[in-house]
Amino acid sequence: MSEFLQQLVNGITWGSVYALIALGYTMVYGILRLINFAHGDVYMLGAFFGLFAARALGASEHPSALSALLVLLAAMAGCGLVGIVIERAAYKPVRRSSRLSALITAIGVSLLLENGGILIFGPDPKFFPQIIRSRQIDLGAGVTISNQQILILVVSLALMIALRFIVLKTRVGKAMRAVSHNHTAAALMGISVDQIITFTFMIGSMLAAAAGVLVALQNPKIDPLMGIMPGLKAFVAAVLGGIGNIPGAVIGGLVMGIAEVMVVGYVSPAYRDAIAFVLLIVILLVRPAGLFGKAVAEKV
Amino acid sequence: MRRLLGPLVTVLALVALNIVLPRVTNPYYFQILMLVGINIVLAVSLNLVNGFTGQFSIGHAGFMAVGAYASAMFTLKLGAPLVASWHGVPPPVAEGLALLMALVAGGLLAAGAGWLVGLPSLRLRGDYLAIVTLGFGEIIRVLILNIDAIGAARGLPGIPQYATFFWVYGAVAAVIVLARHLATSTHGRALFAIRDDEVAAESLGVDTTRYKVLAFVLGAFFAGVAGGLFAHFLSYLNPSSFTFIKSIEVIAMVVLGGMGSISGSVIAAIVLTLLPEMLRSVKELRMVIYSLMLIVLMITRPQGLLGTRELSWSGLTRLFRRGAAAKGAA
Repeated sequence: MSEFLQQLVNGITWGSVYALIALGYTMVYGILRLINFAHGDVYMLGAFFGLFAARALGASEHPSALSALLVLLAAMAGCGLVGIVIERAAYKPVRRSSRLSALITAIGVSLLLENGGILIFGPDPKFFPQIIRSRQIDLGAGVTISNQQILILVVSLALMIALRFIVLKTRVGKAMRAVSHNHTAAALMGISVDQIITFTFMIGSMLAAAAGVLVALQNPKIDPLMGIMPGLKAFVAAVLGGIGNIPGAVIGGLVMGIAEVMVVGYVSPAYRDAIAFVLLIVILLVRPAGLFGKAVAEKV
Repeated sequence: MRRLLGPLVTVLALVALNIVLPRVTNPYYFQILMLVGINIVLAVSLNLVNGFTGQFSIGHAGFMAVGAYASAMFTLKLGAPLVASWHGVPPPVAEGLALLMALVAGGLLAAGAGWLVGLPSLRLRGDYLAIVTLGFGEIIRVLILNIDAIGAARGLPGIPQYATFFWVYGAVAAVIVLARHLATSTHGRALFAIRDDEVAAESLGVDTTRYKVLAFVLGAFFAGVAGGLFAHFLSYLNPSSFTFIKSIEVIAMVVLGGMGSISGSVIAAIVLTLLPEMLRSVKELRMVIYSLMLIVLMITRPQGLLGTRELSWSGLTRLFRRGAAAKGAA
């Protein structure tokens, strides 16, 4: 039993990272109907920006909560900027073309970030400094949790609440929802659709950056291709929850993280990468629009 | 008689090139030539699904992997002993027949997988279907990684090198001819109708489910054949050759060439196979330039190089005549 609870704790931690990345996928999809394949690579960039910020602040010599927070914010700011640049330079010009050419553009951006990363950061893994000293905390019943895991949970929860607040309670959030329903109608209501789309990319990229830094705290080896698999799985998580649906992305991410950790723990680590997709296919066969997606009637 | 002339000339030309080419080109160029051929088969086969039918599949590498491993195992277990037991049959013929059998076996198994993947298209549309095909491709790769009998992560070495120029470009000719004939047939029209408007197609009496599954089965069959050729050319297989990136490469060929354009797929397959090779001199920058070109091409020509049009001799001569006329007028 205690082993199961331990796996559950690890699964939820891992799942909340997937959820953070999945949120970016789902928001961009909700607004543009675009699978932003470069999103996993923005997550990778987040980890690297965090690394540079930590080096610049000397955070590894003097680990403190403040410097950790600064590293996180710096990575988020950097990736927010990257998100804006990607959207303006690559996606905006193809917005009116077919969805497939937009998708190929996204793939091109993804390849560009990966190979640009190899070129600039070098192909070998870099070591992310310990900006927070690792400690194990006993939860009782044989279950332990590291302070880094707690940090992951707290930060992702805080970010999700912040996102929910932005989307549901602010003017810009209202505009985002309007744009996701109908671009033309939103534009007629005086919403600057372009700005809202850029804003969405920025928010999504910042969430991915946060995920990148949080993961790097726990698994300190980072490399330019580290975003491919988590990116793919976070996308699957978004689809699982019903793509375009924000709570769905969170639930999908958690389901995915827990399932993965359980498979590693109880079946075989070899099937770690397959479970995500098996789960996906099974769920989609039962609920073709994901767990929380609405089946939209086709207009003829 | 005229009907037979085309195929006859093609076969004779392939046989002649098969004998001449390996002797006059250097091994590096020859290898690229063969990979171009295999990529053409892949691109045209994916075009049947993505371009003709409008069903977005991003798991093509999975079908290729099924075909590659199935045909390689077929040859290793059955084909090679068979070739050894055929006395008096000239080796190129015996090996060719063994390869043909292996390719058909690999293709059929891949087609079976295509049928399995095509079935959910009963319920799933658009991006959801796409993600299922992606999932399928990944599951296949993880399965291969974990089946010890086919080499798992070590890869599968020692596959006899049966795939000669004749067979690779024979497959290229076959898939192009099939796609051409399909495009002008009733079945092809049904596929186009589904791509353009599924609801309208259905209301006109097109059995959309059957045709969507058919497209998947056909596309998967030729992807399997391409995989088999790949296996019998490189004589070594590794699961890492069939990742998501490979599927993406093939999609890039189809979209770059123009959805539904066969000649477009062929040209794009050639360009996208040669491009990384030509950029080899700039080493680290190679993939950066490749991805930048992909983005720029999509921004400047979102419909692909040829759009939905086909390149044909009459079209080319018309173009030249128009050019000449314009020059004459000037």
